[in-house]
Amino acid sequence: MTEQLSQQRTTQRGDGASHTIMCTEMRSAEHTGMHASTSAATHTSPHVQLRTASHGYANPASNPAANPAANPRLRRARTTIWLILFLVGGIGLAYNALVRPHGMAEVYVERSEKTFVEADIAAPVGAPSGEKASTKWLASDSPALQDGSAIAMAGAAHTLTINETVGVPPRAARERIAAGDSNVSLSIVDTLGVWIAAFFTLAIFSFLWRDNPIYKFAESILVGVSAAYWMTLGYWATLVPNLFAKIAPETIKGWAMPALDVQPADQTTQFLLALVPLILGFMLLMRLSPKGGWISVWPLAFIIGTTAGLKFVAFIEGDLMAQAANTIIPLVALNDTGSMQFGESLGNLVLFVGVLAVLTYFFFSVEHKGRLGTMVGKVSRLGIWYLMITFGAAFGLTVMGRITLLSQRLEFLFGDWLWIIDPANIR
Amino acid sequence: MLKRTIPLFITGAAGGILILAYFSPATTNWGEVVTDWMNTLAAVAFILGGGNLLFVNLEKISSKRSGWAYALVTLLAFVVTLAFGVLKIGAVPNAQFPATPWAGDYESVRAPFGWVYEYVLSPLTATMFALLAFYVASAAFRAFRAKNIEAILLLGTAFVILLGRTAAAGILTGWISPEGPFAFLRLDTMAVNIMQYVSTAGTRAVMMGIALGIAATSLRLILGIDRSYLVND
Repeated sequence: MTEQLSQQRTTQRGDGASHTIMCTEMRSAEHTGMHASTSAATHTSPHVQLRTASHGYANPASNPAANPAANPRLRRARTTIWLILFLVGGIGLAYNALVRPHGMAEVYVERSEKTFVEADIAAPVGAPSGEKASTKWLASDSPALQDGSAIAMAGAAHTLTINETVGVPPRAARERIAAGDSNVSLSIVDTLGVWIAAFFTLAIFSFLWRDNPIYKFAESILVGVSAAYWMTLGYWATLVPNLFAKIAPETIKGWAMPALDVQPADQTTQFLLALVPLILGFMLLMRLSPKGGWISVWPLAFIIGTTAGLKFVAFIEGDLMAQAANTIIPLVALNDTGSMQFGESLGNLVLFVGVLAVLTYFFFSVEHKGRLGTMVGKVSRLGIWYLMITFGAAFGLTVMGRITLLSQRLEFLFGDWLWIIDPANIR
Repeated sequence: MLKRTIPLFITGAAGGILILAYFSPATTNWGEVVTDWMNTLAAVAFILGGGNLLFVNLEKISSKRSGWAYALVTLLAFVVTLAFGVLKIGAVPNAQFPATPWAGDYESVRAPFGWVYEYVLSPLTATMFALLAFYVASAAFRAFRAKNIEAILLLGTAFVILLGRTAAAGILTGWISPEGPFAFLRLDTMAVNIMQYVSTAGTRAVMMGIALGIAATSLRLILGIDRSYLVND
């Protein structure tokens, strides 16, 4: 068996990726007890370890010294470290909340009442003859009411008072409360929100320790809330204005979209046109039915056809043609006085050559033999280098993006929640 | 007929109308109508997704399968958030139309739905992505080895971009004059030049390749050559 393994290693040497994959599969087969699934797994005894020639284990996960799942001592050590971290964090939290004068996470708001009145708006002077006077709700301090272009209607039915709430920075809020301003107060709902956000942030970060019930709880909440969020947006932003408003415009105008412009002349056409997505929508929902699932293929076919049509035009126009047009540029860049700009010209040349080299690598799949083939091979290799630089830049930007998000979360924890950092001195 | 011919016709007609709408001004309106229908169907697909989530989790809870308690949490979160949003519970009244309660702003942080977004969904999503910082770094440490010229180019570029866009660029190469002949050696300038010329060239060629691929796939679908989405009897 040792001989068989050595043979596999020899054949795979020089191809790091496939070597790593092979090792991983063999190790996982051992752990899961799939002894009869492959010949390699059948004969591999637990003490046989495959190592790369250069740096120990090909896959660190297969190294019991580094893999906590395979090493109980390491797992206990990690649990102890996390326990200590949580204890220190808990003590710090208690100190912060109980000892510091203004502990942590308080959100203050200012409440005010705003009055609206229903007013008669006169048609503007010189307006087209079709334009009539209208009524509109205006704030009681609106300039239109002051200058007489709108006249408030009398009676309680034409007056509404709404509570408005705006956030106030904690330091300013405390000062105003101390000065007796009763409009400013601690917002229990928002303060609770910050604490809940902090809990969920820590719950997700707890996955760094290992998969645990708190993380799973947060993950379940994320799935439920996320599905409901997108469903709600789809309902209010698309279904109501695009479908219901065309089927029953007057009802929707009076119920949810008072600004909806209803054109009586178009109503029948709009209604008939709206029936198509309504029927297709019901057919799509038939996918949930055990027997009528095939009916949903019709709307699915419509979605696929529409997406194909939209993407065909968008990608040909926006990506293929636009990118090609932006690449075919003068290689000698001149400034306003007509003299050559060396840096710009070099940049244009690098860009032009790069696009051609990568496209050669993608599309000219000729054998790299003979005069032409060798040349294509060299250009293709240059294309690969360009691609590697592109992937390196993309990787760098991705890492930066993730680290930015991480720093924002830490800023939230230490700033908004714990109030340990306060660069703007507002807390 | 019902399961194959009509769906093929619908795909071809929908795709064909949209392509025709681009090339012929006379049919632009048709394209707009079809796009409207598509947007509506996409919104219905969200309802389908919600319904599916409901069925899957209810089935898990009723059969008391492993992890059913988490399914219950998912379900509760889903139902409560949906009620806040669709019923506009506690929505902030619209300042222009205060007398129309359903015209209120449900996405404001002062409304329960907006509150859930601000203090639950937003931190959860952001932290989930932030978590990837650790795993990207860990994976890079395990996988990247500068053992040939391609790998060196990839790693070197990643380092230049990472250093060039942070304060490290100023600390390491800030002493090189930005106006002098060696300005291109400054890390921040190198990062900009790589992004502007070399990376743009690679991205552009990749985009052109993708565009050709998508155009070919779209045509296969519209012309009925690719029928993989149809029901198999």
